[in-house]
Amino acid sequence: MTQLALVIDLNVCVGCHACVTSCKEWNTSGSAGPLPDTKAYGADYAGTFFNRVQTYEVGCYPDTETIHFPKSCLHCEDPPCVPVCPTGASYKRAEDGIVLVDYDKCIGCKYCSWACPYGARELDDKNRVMKKCTLCVDRIYDTSLAPQDRKPACVMACPTSARLFGDIHDPHSEVSRAIREEGGYPLMPEWGTHPANHYLPRRRTHVHIHADELERADNPLKVDRQQPRPAKSEPTLDDAVTW
Amino acid sequence: MRPALSVILLTTLLGAGQGLFLAIFTHQTHALLGVLSPQGAKDLYGPAAAVALGVLVAGLVASFFHLGRPERAWRSAAKWRTSWLSREVIVLPAFMGAVFLYGAIHLTGFNPVLLRLSGGAEIDASIAVGAGGSVLAFALFICTAMIYACLKFLREWHSPLTVANYILLGIASGFTLAAVLSARLSPHEAPYFAGWALVFTALGAVSRGASLWRNARLRPVSTLQTAIGVRHPAIRQISQGFTAGSFNTREFFHGQGQSLVRSVRWLFPLFAFAIPAVLFAIYLGSGSVMALAAALVAQMAGLMAERWFFFAEANHPQNLYYQAVA
Repeated sequence: MTQLALVIDLNVCVGCHACVTSCKEWNTSGSAGPLPDTKAYGADYAGTFFNRVQTYEVGCYPDTETIHFPKSCLHCEDPPCVPVCPTGASYKRAEDGIVLVDYDKCIGCKYCSWACPYGARELDDKNRVMKKCTLCVDRIYDTSLAPQDRKPACVMACPTSARLFGDIHDPHSEVSRAIREEGGYPLMPEWGTHPANHYLPRRRTHVHIHADELERADNPLKVDRQQPRPAKSEPTLDDAVTW
Repeated sequence: MRPALSVILLTTLLGAGQGLFLAIFTHQTHALLGVLSPQGAKDLYGPAAAVALGVLVAGLVASFFHLGRPERAWRSAAKWRTSWLSREVIVLPAFMGAVFLYGAIHLTGFNPVLLRLSGGAEIDASIAVGAGGSVLAFALFICTAMIYACLKFLREWHSPLTVANYILLGIASGFTLAAVLSARLSPHEAPYFAGWALVFTALGAVSRGASLWRNARLRPVSTLQTAIGVRHPAIRQISQGFTAGSFNTREFFHGQGQSLVRSVRWLFPLFAFAIPAVLFAIYLGSGSVMALAAALVAQMAGLMAERWFFFAEANHPQNLYYQAVA
């Protein structure tokens, strides 16, 4: 059984929102139909997005880290949005585990959005139906694309390769290996939804600087050490310059 | 959660309609069993069933305003195996059909006797339809309440008390409505309905009080730590990723100040339970129909406020992701 998913590396995401804009661009012109922005030039503008990048500060100043946190539909293995849907518009595909909405069946009752603890679904205000991440289902199976391009738009757009895409049920896939080897985890595991998307935790990084690294490596004449040093009595830069 | 007027009207009106039907059928059953000796109750059942049907239709109309695509509402009966909303969509018209039949039997007088019991009591068509309608009324209470109670991470709703509240508050308002109708159509029976309205209002107060007490003591299961998976005690959101509103920031926040929520928390028990109870007592003591009418107005206003608070109080875990705009 296949379960396609995204694995997002929180070490690498720089919060550039390239995945957000690329997702919107691809999907608004794809099978999801337009993802409209209401009152795009008004005071209370709003829009429909499948993917958002949020920013968190962890720790107490000055020992803080900034975490950029992309979130879209997690394609749960036991999705709570599917059984509550009264029309069957929300469904999970058996063949690849993608959770989708049939926009022609959706009545816009919002019940699935109440049932999703992650807030991954957004009601399209113009078309009055529920929309959500499709894992670019119209792209990943498009045989007219080169095989390396058959990935979700957000994965293609990510400039830092913070996003991996693949089958988490295949132990040899890139995503399974990343989850296994780097301690990938799901969000809100307490609700038993078993999200397919995983996140790779932040790693503590150390940089060791050795004494010989303080000199330029491409300095064969070792002139760095031979720079003239002013005598203590001579004027320093601070005396000559008004800052 | 954001309390939508359509859902507040839907749940309170359906509850009152179901309660009214149960009230008049309980009266009929008590009369059949000889507990009561009704005078002129025949003038009450038909019109009361018509009012119940009217209230149910009003609730159904309100429900359509909640849908993005009301023209596709017929599709919503499809997933009755898994969705409580789908089950409600099926049970509601069935119940409305039973109320219609019950009212039609009493208004037309076509009421063939189906069975004669050994004690001399006659089971006629209205009793049979009424019994079926009562089962459907309770099924509808359970479906409506379970729509909310089945969402396990909305912990304020995920409790048997939610089902108890929907049943008891619906029945209480139904008996109140029956008492007012009866005071106009069949005054001899009105104290019966007012008495039971007082009992169910008291039971509703106990059950709703219990859920208020429970919800005030809930501790969140999900935290910002589990929401983003970072195990650090000090996490602060500095950006939700966009500067404008979105579906997520509109649908899951009630958008009112804490002072309003706190005042509704105290006002709705007053209007839904305390004031009607006093007015029922005044009516039962003095026979003042004005007191009964005032009790109905106060209780319906109180129950609308109760439903508003029910939605406003529920804190969806997705709100953890929307704490700062920046």
